[in-house]
Amino acid sequence: MKFLDYAPAPESQALLNLKSDYGLFINGEFTAGRGTPFQTINPATEQQIAMIATANEADVDAAVSAARRAYNGVWSRLSGSDRGKYLFRIARLVQERARELAVAETLDNGKPIKETRDVDIPLVAAWFFYYAGWADKLDHAGVGPNPSSLGVAAQVIPWNFPLMMLAWKIAPALAAGNTVVLKPAETTSLTALLFAEILQQADLPAGVVNIITGDGSTGQALVNHPGVNKVAFTGSTSVGRAIARSVAGTDKKLSLELGGKGANIVFDDAPIDQAVEGIVRGIFFNQGHVCCAGSRLLVQESIHDDVIDRLKRRMQTLRLGDPLDKNTDIGAINSAEQLARIRELSDLGQQEGAERWSADCEIPENGFWFAPTIFTNVSTSHRIARDEIFGPVLSVLTFRTPAEAIAKANNTPYGLSAGIWSDKGSRILAIADKLRAGVIWANTFNQFDPSSPFGGYKESGYGREGGRHGLAAYLKPAVRSGSRSLAAADHATTPGSKKSASASKKSASAEKAAK
Amino acid sequence: MTSTPLATYQPDQRGLALIGGEATDANLRRYLHGIPGIDAVGLEARAADLGTRSIKTSSKRWAIDTIIGLIDLTTLEGADTPGKVRSLVAKALVPDPGDPGCPRVAAVCVYGDMVGAAVTALGSAHAAGGTAGGEVQRVRVAAVATAFPSGRASLAIKLADVRDAVAAGADEIDMVIDRGAFLAGRFGQVYDEIVAVKDACRRADGSMAHLKVILETGELNTYDNVRRASWLAILAGGDFIKTSTGKVAPAATLPVTLSMLEVVRDWHRLTGVRIGVKPAGGIRTSKDAIKYLVTVAETVGEEWLTPHLFRFGASSLLNDVLLQRQKMTTGHYSGPDYVTID
Amino acid sequence: MNRLAIPKTYKLYIGGKFPRSESGRVYEVLSHKGDFLANAAKGSRKDARDAVVAARSALPGWAGATAYNRGQVLYRIAELLEGRRVQFIDEIESSEGVNAAAASAQVDEAIDRWVWYAGWADKYVQVTGNANPVSGPFFNLSVPEPTGVVAIIAPQGRESLLGLVSAIAPALVAGNTVVVVANENAPLSAISLGEVLATSDVPGGVVNIVTGSPAEIAPWLASHADVNALDLIGAGDLDWVELQISAADTLKRVLLPEAGADAAAPALNRILAFTELKTVWHTKAVL
Repeated sequence: MKFLDYAPAPESQALLNLKSDYGLFINGEFTAGRGTPFQTINPATEQQIAMIATANEADVDAAVSAARRAYNGVWSRLSGSDRGKYLFRIARLVQERARELAVAETLDNGKPIKETRDVDIPLVAAWFFYYAGWADKLDHAGVGPNPSSLGVAAQVIPWNFPLMMLAWKIAPALAAGNTVVLKPAETTSLTALLFAEILQQADLPAGVVNIITGDGSTGQALVNHPGVNKVAFTGSTSVGRAIARSVAGTDKKLSLELGGKGANIVFDDAPIDQAVEGIVRGIFFNQGHVCCAGSRLLVQESIHDDVIDRLKRRMQTLRLGDPLDKNTDIGAINSAEQLARIRELSDLGQQEGAERWSADCEIPENGFWFAPTIFTNVSTSHRIARDEIFGPVLSVLTFRTPAEAIAKANNTPYGLSAGIWSDKGSRILAIADKLRAGVIWANTFNQFDPSSPFGGYKESGYGREGGRHGLAAYLKPAVRSGSRSLAAADHATTPGSKKSASASKKSASAEKAAK
Repeated sequence: MTSTPLATYQPDQRGLALIGGEATDANLRRYLHGIPGIDAVGLEARAADLGTRSIKTSSKRWAIDTIIGLIDLTTLEGADTPGKVRSLVAKALVPDPGDPGCPRVAAVCVYGDMVGAAVTALGSAHAAGGTAGGEVQRVRVAAVATAFPSGRASLAIKLADVRDAVAAGADEIDMVIDRGAFLAGRFGQVYDEIVAVKDACRRADGSMAHLKVILETGELNTYDNVRRASWLAILAGGDFIKTSTGKVAPAATLPVTLSMLEVVRDWHRLTGVRIGVKPAGGIRTSKDAIKYLVTVAETVGEEWLTPHLFRFGASSLLNDVLLQRQKMTTGHYSGPDYVTID
Repeated sequence: MNRLAIPKTYKLYIGGKFPRSESGRVYEVLSHKGDFLANAAKGSRKDARDAVVAARSALPGWAGATAYNRGQVLYRIAELLEGRRVQFIDEIESSEGVNAAAASAQVDEAIDRWVWYAGWADKYVQVTGNANPVSGPFFNLSVPEPTGVVAIIAPQGRESLLGLVSAIAPALVAGNTVVVVANENAPLSAISLGEVLATSDVPGGVVNIVTGSPAEIAPWLASHADVNALDLIGAGDLDWVELQISAADTLKRVLLPEAGADAAAPALNRILAFTELKTVWHTKAVL
């Protein structure tokens, strides 16, 4: 036998207790949606997992009303420490049910169990644990003393890290004292609904968190609902742009975490084997369905051939297949639509003259799959060097000098992430200064932590999630006295949120209107 | 790096060709310090990731038997006696008296003065007794030498130590490098000593005992040092690079072994020559040992999972592996009274 | 016999120079009584475009200056304003129709506000950055950085100098460069401020002042892809929702119109509105 053909090691699904149909979670209870239900499938098998309800406009309205009632009646009156206790409870319940959530996430999303088990779900618990402790310390959030919550937060999240994105959104919102209506992505609603069960176990007051499912139109109805005070969106830049347009002229505070085309810069003095690992982690983690993926490899010309040789060798050890198998590195592409987009852009890359190479791997018969792929001989003008592919496809470009590396890295309308690989500390720090990106990983890549702010420059969006700054995105300063004295201004400090100053002013009036 | 004339050099000249001159401190420093560095966080993360592989059922069965066949069953105590060595050899030959199908270990590893006792105890099962052994798996005798474990003796003493063990029938010599010289930057001295020891491995009939070079990674401290020492040992002609004596903590760790495997992989890319790797000390459970198998297979390829290219230096590991093996055979958990102590 | 005064020619301030509008247009600036004061350049979309080019090319130098240096350069502006108090008071009196005491108070407050903002240049990073205790072997630091080129519609009401200073000073603190459309009816102090800036240590292109019609120019700035942020503080009378929608095309950071007693009040959040938080992770290990 070949040892490397590891025998199947599937994670058991026995601990799952899924229902065949899921309703909307509104005001603490599951209710039937008024739209047409849709099926959620396992992208690795194309088999149906469950039927999911669709929230129509009336359902959206019911959810926002429930959130408003919970805000006015309960949540905004609760002490910070009590809000924190609920969040701590949630963190513990997530830990207790971690394996179940990991299996469900893998089933619904197609990502490998080793990622849901070791990354996604642990971070979900960590996120709630981190923000739980903030709930009674908001004076230190950087917004000045006695900051206040915004009200009802409308949150729309993507399918690439379903439960993790939920945690990134819900934990800070609740800690800051807001109530929530969250809409998961159409293809990955399952774990959000299991999370709703956890909220019931935590005895969270009804209406504090409402989860409504559906397609893009449900999300649109939610962000456009006049009753919401805050919109937080993670997803594509095109949808983010549309949301920014739609909230124009309203009092809604907005944070957007959008697309990216991260440059992973490898200098000739890089710790080469770790750099290769970082390249792999940068673009093949989660099948490349990562907004901050290192999808553009910028490698110094003098080591290009060696790096590519090592990378290809390493890619041959990536194991593509059953996402529930504990040894799977590359799972399924989340949907047929996404697979089509990856194929289209990859074919285009080939047509444009880039050299395509894919790791040898057996593609399962059913489901949506794409072999880990790299393109060499890519020019900055190629579509695959500019467009976000959101798949396991790496575009390799070269540079000769640090100045050229910086220029090429910044030559994109996006600005979410970048990586730098070098043994020279002074150069790393100087280049980190010059890269126009919100998250920079030096000699590492794709690391996340609840205490570390995350978010983009330029068309990658605005606002931060994680850390003190992520909390501030859900707060506004105490209402100013109207005095123009400089002394008073000393306290009028607000966080790094891009729209804080204006939105806080306008939402102050919204607050009055809402009460 | 894909096409290189290096492979055309005689084996003992490749190192010098690569460093571009005599093995002086300066030349070696220039070469060893030109090797890309290691980021410890990334290396350890990769090792941890490899450690999460889940080896089940038929793969586990294969892994367990493979591990047994890769073990250098070791006793390196001041209290060692011929009787103790006989007992060790008996265990090496019949690891599980309850299961004649259980494979033998690769070698027994003893101090130089115990080589004779080991050879005698092995008798016809000794590897040197002949290679056409049919279905009988022969067991080698490895001797630690060169003033093991500290290496603090004159070169003459170290070489005498080696010759003595080779003459007594050792198939393999596990030498220690001079860590003091290495850390002081006297790379030429370390290099020359390995070359001299290799020469001392020559038997009267002209054949060579296999040379394993112990880096004592716990004393080298940094991964960059481990990587440089690995290159140095290979350049000087070592057949195997080995992590540790077992007398210094930390001994073998997965990240250290991974970094050494990466050197071996790069040497193979460069020259086509396969060098062996032996983690030693601190590997006590089958679970740990399986992580090493995975790391070898995914770093250099599973063709390395043969006694010629990979060994575990261990003593207590064998019994844990046997317990696992019994569990897989019988379907129920075994206990320490059902494996023998040596 | 009275000496015949020499009136000033009021021009644009772009890239450290004082060009006329490329369009050749001017418009009459009148006193509060309706008397002719001056012909101001009526800036065009092309003037705005040139201003963005100037602002973009000045950005690396200004953003890359040390915080101590930026603080001193901004403080220097206050020193120069102090020396030109009489001129500003005079212009404000004539164009805004306020008495000397009120004009003087406005100039004083504008100067004090420069000083207040200048002092933030080497502190806002400390106050709003963060060392993050991530659970792993990483050094992790978040620091705010300038957003880039900021387009500003200056306040259009009374207190033309103070409004302008309140809008541009906070954007400059972090190292952004600015294109500002001046108060349409009272542009004189804006142009005079340009003269102060030209003789100060502020590099050319860091502040660019376009006089003319905000309604005409603002849409070009709102839609300009090389503008990173848009401060609509003085756009309350324009169709600012359209401007905000237009700015969404390139996801510009937008500050909305402000009005009332505390409009543009000095605040750290005005500085932070034009910053981006950057988080850098670095591995940490001794081995």
